[in-house]
Amino acid sequence: MEKPIIQLDNIQRDFIVGSETVHALRGVSFSIFPGEFVTIMGSSGSGKSTLLNTLGCLDTPSAGEYYLDGYSVRQMGKNERARLRNNKIGFVFQSYNLLPKTNALENVELPLMYNARVSAKFRKEKALQALNDVGLSDRVYHKSNQMSGGQQQRVAIARALVNDPVLILADEATGNLDTRTSVEILVLFQKLHKAGRTIIFVTHNPEIATYSSRNIVLKDGRIIEDIYNQQIESAQKALDLLPALND
Amino acid sequence: MNFTNLFKIALRALGNNKFRGFLTMLGIIIGVASVITMLAIGQGSKQSIQSEISEMGSNMIMIHPGNMERGGVRQEASSMQTLKLADYQSIVDKSSYISACSPSVNSSGQFIYGANNYPSTMYGMSEEYMEIRKIAVKEGDMFTEQDILSSAKVCLVGKTVTDNLFADGENPIGKVIRFNKIPFKIIGTLVPKGYNSMGQDQDNLVLAPYTTVQKRVLAIAYIQSIYASAITEGMTEKATEEITEILRSNHKLKETDEDDFSIRSQEELSSMLTSTTDMMTILLACIAGISLLVGGIGIMNIMYVSVTERTREIGLRMSVGARGIDILAQFLIEAILISITGGLIGVVIGISSSFFVNAVLSWPVYIQPYSVILSFAVCTITGIFFGWYPAKKASELDPIDAIRYE
Ligand SMILES: Nc1ncnc2c1ncn2[C@@H]1O[C@H](COP(=O)(O)OP(=O)(O)OP(=O)(O)O)[C@@H](O)[C@H]1O
Ligand SMILES: [Mg+2]
Repeated sequence: MEKPIIQLDNIQRDFIVGSETVHALRGVSFSIFPGEFVTIMGSSGSGKSTLLNTLGCLDTPSAGEYYLDGYSVRQMGKNERARLRNNKIGFVFQSYNLLPKTNALENVELPLMYNARVSAKFRKEKALQALNDVGLSDRVYHKSNQMSGGQQQRVAIARALVNDPVLILADEATGNLDTRTSVEILVLFQKLHKAGRTIIFVTHNPEIATYSSRNIVLKDGRIIEDIYNQQIESAQKALDLLPALND
Repeated sequence: MNFTNLFKIALRALGNNKFRGFLTMLGIIIGVASVITMLAIGQGSKQSIQSEISEMGSNMIMIHPGNMERGGVRQEASSMQTLKLADYQSIVDKSSYISACSPSVNSSGQFIYGANNYPSTMYGMSEEYMEIRKIAVKEGDMFTEQDILSSAKVCLVGKTVTDNLFADGENPIGKVIRFNKIPFKIIGTLVPKGYNSMGQDQDNLVLAPYTTVQKRVLAIAYIQSIYASAITEGMTEKATEEITEILRSNHKLKETDEDDFSIRSQEELSSMLTSTTDMMTILLACIAGISLLVGGIGIMNIMYVSVTERTREIGLRMSVGARGIDILAQFLIEAILISITGGLIGVVIGISSSFFVNAVLSWPVYIQPYSVILSFAVCTITGIFFGWYPAKKASELDPIDAIRYE
């Protein structure tokens, strides 16, 4: 059997705020295998972001074991986790988080700038390739403030792809976008999924779960539902059904 | 971590905020420019004083009556009359380190020609005075040995005096001016020397034979001072010792008696003046240094604020794999780039404003290479020093907190 990319073993995360302890995650265990497209749902405050940050090596669990691609993250130091983020993970945020006043190309190049083994030439090639993959070949030299929200999110996705990560993490990546643009972004994620990428997508929108291969639902820091989707809908079809823009 | 990449990252970040970068630089620019200009002015006045002194004759020795070294308390009048012509004669006869020697007596007062009058000073001296003080005759002739012997009523006049006594174009030579009710015939004019660095007009003088001034103007038997030139600058000290011996034996002073005269050499004067200008230079440098410090604090301030302002950016960089040290390096490189660029601009402005000061205010300036290097080094160190703290703070941010920062 294939080795899991992610293996979580009774992960707990407590935040201490003043004299109170907030249990954001109360023992979460699951494994994710290469090529899965997992959506994580749950009400606000259920611990989705905390879980995603843990998976993305931005945060360390208070207890439990987390293996990413076979490496135990819990024992890692700050710098090692930074290197893991740089090599194995691509993040997409709700608010895009592009560098201001910086063009698409430089934004996408950013992760590779922190990898000393990547040459300038290769870096540019990879970035242009990633921008092409998200359909932004014609916006390479546009600055972040010269693009629409959807385009900015595409740049952010290209940035998440550029280092060939084993794992793409998205936290409400369509949360700031209108329906049509959201579906367009989902089309893109499905394309990546088809290409064999492993994706974890946090969302509030139940519709999105129909496009994924697996849906995990959190409540109060626990998994209450973990279902494999046998009938994955096509986002492209949904997009075609949307009323055409009359402009 | 690859330094080239970090450098590129810092450069891109700076490029995105050119105006802020410029404002930060301003403090450094002003600091460096003022250090260079102030030092240039300080060094310039020092050099001009030094060259003036050597123009005046760096081997000059001045002998005055009375002991000026006694805590600055002036001696009583009688002791001020200790120098006699015989002393001058002995120095001329016995000294072996002296190339020229002249007695000096002077009297200040009103010089009158026709309806014009002008206050000036008449210096009574011998011919050799010209050589000692580096004064030259422009037109006409110097007075002769015969004039000295006969206390002739002849004189040579400086430019300021002729300008004030004679109408334009009138040739002063051969004219008779009155001083102390005595008519003096002008036999020559002097080459103008302009003002010295202490603002004294070096052309406001009248020269006459010392015998004339001594007998006819002042009616005294003593002389007020003796000027001499050592053969070379290096012999100044030996000459001073020798003259001391001659005068002590002339004045019949016992071993235990103090000198009743004082000898000062130009060398002493020059070291005194240079120490004064050195102090001025240090003072100016301090003022300028403070402005450089203020510039450095400006860097710290802006970098500090920008760490807060750029928290999300820092968080993002960390989320894509930047380590703390990468963030630290980026902010530090930004600070150093700002201070080096500011420093370079400051050097250019400092040098040009030094020339400007020289051209417009005609103050002497001299830009010492070390002052440029020093201020440049200081501003770079300032950049590192003041950039360090904010950079450190940035590098210690928690990635999640940073990226969530509102
Ligand atoms: N840094 C923190 N310090 C203290 N408590 C925190 C911190 N981060 C999260 N929490 C708490 O942990 C719990 C889970 O938060 P989390 O952000 O993971 O929720 P979420 O499921 O992402 O919610 P939403 O859908 O609104 O984004 C919440 O109760 C929150 O208050
Ligand atoms: Mg959340």
